[in-house]
Amino acid sequence: MTSVLDRAAAPSRLDDADLSLMLLIRAFELKLLDLYGRGLLNGTTHTCLGQEHVPVAMGPLLGPADHVFSNHRGHGHYLARFQDPEGLLAEIMGREGAVCGGVGGSQHIRRDRYLSTGVQGESLPVAAGVALHLKRAEPGGLACVYIGDGTFGEGAVYEALNIIALWRLPVLVVVENNGIAQSTPRGTHMAGTIGGRAAAFGIGHALVEGFDLAAIRGRLGPLVARVRQGTPLVAEFVTHRLGPHSKGDDTRTARELQEAREGDWLGRYRAAHRDQVDRLEHEARAWVDAVAEEVAARPPSRWTSS
Amino acid sequence: MRVAEDLNAALHRLMDHDPGLYVLGEDVLDPYGGAFKITRGLSTRFPDRVLTTPISESAITGVAAGLALSGDRAIVEIMFGDFAALAFDQLMNFAAKSVSMYGTRVPMRMVVRCPVGGGRGYGPTHSQSPQKHFVGIPGLALYEVSPFHDNLAVFEEMLWRGEPCVLFEDKVLYTRPMHAVEPPFSVERAGGVARVFLDDQPDCVIVAPGGVAHRVLAAMRSLLLEEEIVATLLVPSRLYPFDADIPAARRVFVVEESTGGGTWGAEVAHLVHQRHWDRLDGPVTLIHSADSVIPTAAHLEREVLVDAAAIHRVIRKVIRG
Repeated sequence: MTSVLDRAAAPSRLDDADLSLMLLIRAFELKLLDLYGRGLLNGTTHTCLGQEHVPVAMGPLLGPADHVFSNHRGHGHYLARFQDPEGLLAEIMGREGAVCGGVGGSQHIRRDRYLSTGVQGESLPVAAGVALHLKRAEPGGLACVYIGDGTFGEGAVYEALNIIALWRLPVLVVVENNGIAQSTPRGTHMAGTIGGRAAAFGIGHALVEGFDLAAIRGRLGPLVARVRQGTPLVAEFVTHRLGPHSKGDDTRTARELQEAREGDWLGRYRAAHRDQVDRLEHEARAWVDAVAEEVAARPPSRWTSS
Repeated sequence: MRVAEDLNAALHRLMDHDPGLYVLGEDVLDPYGGAFKITRGLSTRFPDRVLTTPISESAITGVAAGLALSGDRAIVEIMFGDFAALAFDQLMNFAAKSVSMYGTRVPMRMVVRCPVGGGRGYGPTHSQSPQKHFVGIPGLALYEVSPFHDNLAVFEEMLWRGEPCVLFEDKVLYTRPMHAVEPPFSVERAGGVARVFLDDQPDCVIVAPGGVAHRVLAAMRSLLLEEEIVATLLVPSRLYPFDADIPAARRVFVVEESTGGGTWGAEVAHLVHQRHWDRLDGPVTLIHSADSVIPTAAHLEREVLVDAAAIHRVIRKVIRG
């Protein structure tokens, strides 16, 4: 059931469009931390620095009729699906043009068939319900749920996996295994493995390492096609969380942070393809800078609650 | 017709008329038909849309929310209402919030049915009236089955409301007849509120949900015969958000089976005080079960749960001193 994509010693060249999207997400998240640092944002946020390639890899595997369920660390999922930094930043800043009027903020976003919510594991049963609808009303559609390794501590995950397997629901669970749940390392929060837990329900498991998007898509494509026919899948991406859990709450040691940085796809890719990165990174940053300036100047969002 | 039969008939009619309606729950398939037989016959007639589930209250409620998000309708049976606590996150943080937290109104057409209440010796985790724990959640409406409200109409109202609803069903009602009121009392319904009354000007108004209505009626009868105290009973179908016209009277009581502390009745009293403080002789009086777990042994359970004698005693004391 488990397959491994080995890390390439020298990363394969990425498509410009894919790399641009990954760099857009990176630039967006860095901008958020910058805005927070300057006291320009309300509340908190959870950036996906280091995990940008996961939703970008999934992009072409999902169609507009598929449902995507995201979580507290969902900016990358949203940007990979809609490429709409304006709407997302306006939502986070509570400005006109906010995707959800500024009510949902960073963690609670709904647009078309995309939905995020801020309670760990909560969306898995909901995705099962949506998948039940799809199976009957729109065969071939699927519900994709992004969760982290820490979410496997929640009972709702197992209640849902049981039902998903029993009813053969088209649910694809994408696990972003960054090895840390807020401040708790995996060795302290998880017994056994994610693959073992999927196996307990008779659900297939694919372990994905690296960021060779073409290879990842080639490997996952046939498995996702089977999800659409009612064979659910847990796709576990090994990744790194470069930034803090939210704003400034990183208790990792200098060595652990160094390891995360060494595992970061961008540093490794830049070493092999510096010209491409420099060119596209500049564009991504310029776009996000312009968006931030423009959105910050907008009037506050408006909302009528009923 | 008994209340259980009326509920069952209502579910049959709903499933018949709405091909996008699902019923989910533990052990709901025939021949079992649910622990209280409310879903009897449904799975035979609608095998594709009556889904028996694992023991997973949270997931079942989440699945219903997913169906609702997709534009379907869903009715969930929680075997004992106590277990709705296991679905609390899905109700409070997902289903109810989804109605408004995404900036525009998202209709969520789902009902979670909860058999509740004591009097049958099921013990502390199978006898509670957990209504109070669900009061005051934005986007979540609470209803309670009563002998005076047609269940089909109540289900239709809940499913078209566009907000998730919890329907509390007092287990002692299942075997009681619908619409029965003994003379000299009469019953009429206006909006979602049933009014049981005498022609005389009432000395007091009692607000009570359906599950305790018969206990209140027994107290009203004894108060009338023994004390010449005339009471009007209001039985709302929807407990929250609460809204009812309170007939002019100087005393108002709220009766419920919930145990004391943070009750639904306190919410009703607050609203009545806001609207009618100037015409009342005193604060609204709350009558409820003791602040206690619900014991299993019959004699101990009787000491805790509110009954007709307690209702009679409190009302007489407040009015007669």
